[in-house]
Amino acid sequence: MRKWFYLLLAVVMLAAAIPLAGVGCSSEKEAYVVGAIFSTSGAASDLGVPEERTVNMMVEEINDNGGINGHKLKVIVYNDESKTENALNLATKLMEQDQVLAIIGPTTTGSSLAIIDAVTTGKTPLVSCAASIDIVTPIEDRFWVFKTPQTDVQAIREIYGYFEEEGITKIALITDTSSYGAAGRKYLLEEKSTYGITVVDDQTFNSGDTNMQSQLTHIKGTSAQAVICWATNKESAIVAQDMQTLEMTIPLFCSHGVANQAFIDQAGEAANGVILPAGKLLVVDDVPDSDPQEEVLTKYRDDYEALYGAGSVNTFGGHAYDALSMVVMALEEMDEDLSTAEAREFIRDYIEDDVEDWPGTGGVFTMSPTDHLGMAPGSLALIKIEDGEWTWLQ
Amino acid sequence: MSLDQFLQYLVSGLSQGSIYALVGLGFTLIYAVTKIINFAQGEFVMLGGMLSFVLMESAGIPMVPALLLSIIIAVVIGAIMYLLAIRSAKKASEVSLIIITIGAAILIRGIAGEVWGVDAVRPPFFTGEKSISFFGALIHPQALWIVGTTLMITILLHLFLSHTMLGKALKASSINPEAAKLVGIDTRAMGLVAFVLAAALGAIGGVVMAPLTLTSYQVGVMLGLKGFVAASIGGFMSPIATVIGGILLGVVESLAVGVDWGPFTSAYKDAIALVILLAILLIRAGRLAAEERGS
Repeated sequence: MRKWFYLLLAVVMLAAAIPLAGVGCSSEKEAYVVGAIFSTSGAASDLGVPEERTVNMMVEEINDNGGINGHKLKVIVYNDESKTENALNLATKLMEQDQVLAIIGPTTTGSSLAIIDAVTTGKTPLVSCAASIDIVTPIEDRFWVFKTPQTDVQAIREIYGYFEEEGITKIALITDTSSYGAAGRKYLLEEKSTYGITVVDDQTFNSGDTNMQSQLTHIKGTSAQAVICWATNKESAIVAQDMQTLEMTIPLFCSHGVANQAFIDQAGEAANGVILPAGKLLVVDDVPDSDPQEEVLTKYRDDYEALYGAGSVNTFGGHAYDALSMVVMALEEMDEDLSTAEAREFIRDYIEDDVEDWPGTGGVFTMSPTDHLGMAPGSLALIKIEDGEWTWLQ
Repeated sequence: MSLDQFLQYLVSGLSQGSIYALVGLGFTLIYAVTKIINFAQGEFVMLGGMLSFVLMESAGIPMVPALLLSIIIAVVIGAIMYLLAIRSAKKASEVSLIIITIGAAILIRGIAGEVWGVDAVRPPFFTGEKSISFFGALIHPQALWIVGTTLMITILLHLFLSHTMLGKALKASSINPEAAKLVGIDTRAMGLVAFVLAAALGAIGGVVMAPLTLTSYQVGVMLGLKGFVAASIGGFMSPIATVIGGILLGVVESLAVGVDWGPFTSAYKDAIALVILLAILLIRAGRLAAEERGS
């Protein structure tokens, strides 16, 4: 028994030595290795799949153009299957086994929050692609953590600002009881008084519910001038459809969580007239040339759609583009002879200090020691769906 | 609550309750014949809906043949599930068989998720989407299809069970399997018949409701749960009791949203449904215990 064990050990050690030897004899410079955790299957795969595709596309482009200062870029993508409990193991594996210089992702807020302690202890920079503001606050505990997507609060302010302009003061809420919907509801209620808004009805439903007519009948009986629904695709589509069935004429506002083609497909005709805040990526053609993001938006959309088909681009892949771009910018400026630990620290410092007025797909970013999202106001567009197409509501 | 609103809650509840009833019918049928609760019942609803979408949108088959084909494929899967998983474990206890159905449900769901992806999809409506007014309450035409299908199936199922030889044989094997065997009924074949019928019922429900409720690989879980509740309220006894159970559940859920009981907002609608279920189960358990003491 013991003999077999030693034999096995010897084989394993030999196997481990081979790749090292390979690097030793190669004349090529060592590749820069970055880790990524995306939800490419499970409930959040609508988000995770375009993120993975974006990263693969960027890696190919960078390496075709000679890599980063002669170093090839390698991104190791792990799938957390949309399960929060998987994220921690994957992050540990990336940091300890794969020795990555930085991690981008995870796709979901739950997975991102789950690995914050681990990357902090492991002193590895994390650029999250998930929504919640809690990922980068409180800033004292988020030294190693950045994120690129807009937050719920920014999206809500965009809607409320529009209400203020249009003189809408009485609204009804219909929100999912999931963590996404509940967070939206919390901020919708918190922010309302700043904009002089009264919530006249506050209804909820559960993820997986197939009929929201009762809640909407209740809303129909109030004086609400608009409905805000905070949920993901399927439930939002049912709300839109049930409003149509009940012949409600007040406008429906949805969250940025439905800013993808699948929502339009699911809601069908009922999607027309729905208004939502989202990244400008959905309305690239409406973005004026004077907009600082115009160039990056057009390039990213054209590259992505050349590979994955017309109309396939969405904001979630854009968040991964922004996250990986920040890491790549840091690598470009990095000295080559740094140890892994030094390189990780350099990347963190670079993103915090040197990402300034940088136009990404999600907004114009200026990171600072007190703000690890750094997105300027006006980064979001209010988008209306007309005839099944996204149009910029100006 | 105004009268108009009350009527709207009632109509919305009725259409939602019909969905629960349709799913519940499959539970009742299989339980009556085999004494198994088939937790894969919701998966057949999912299969019906997803297959109809795939056949229409990806394979381009016209609506009516696509719907029929979806039901036939689901029936074949139901038969395979019975023959491979349930019948081959013939010596197993009822509890083990119930656990096998849970395993089958997870397997079917997993394969569906891999093959068709995880996005929710919407097959086309049967007859447009202009709401129909019913004394001031509005109802989606597809919801009328659901209600009509539920009524039709209940009547057909009732006629089948009480007026055809096969139906009577099914009933006989559920009431007393030993006696049924003695008069020459193949009770094992009856198990197959029950599973096939239940798969067909689930798939019919799936194709009719999917345009309205949307469908995805995982809808079977939630629908199965609600269908189970409907069947429990009906006592797993007869198709008619199940349909009443389902509609009762839908209407109570809907009205629970409409009645403003101070802090009790729509968040409590599921809780109200579960409280009713618990109450019914407790009453029934008490009655069963009394019967056992009596015998």
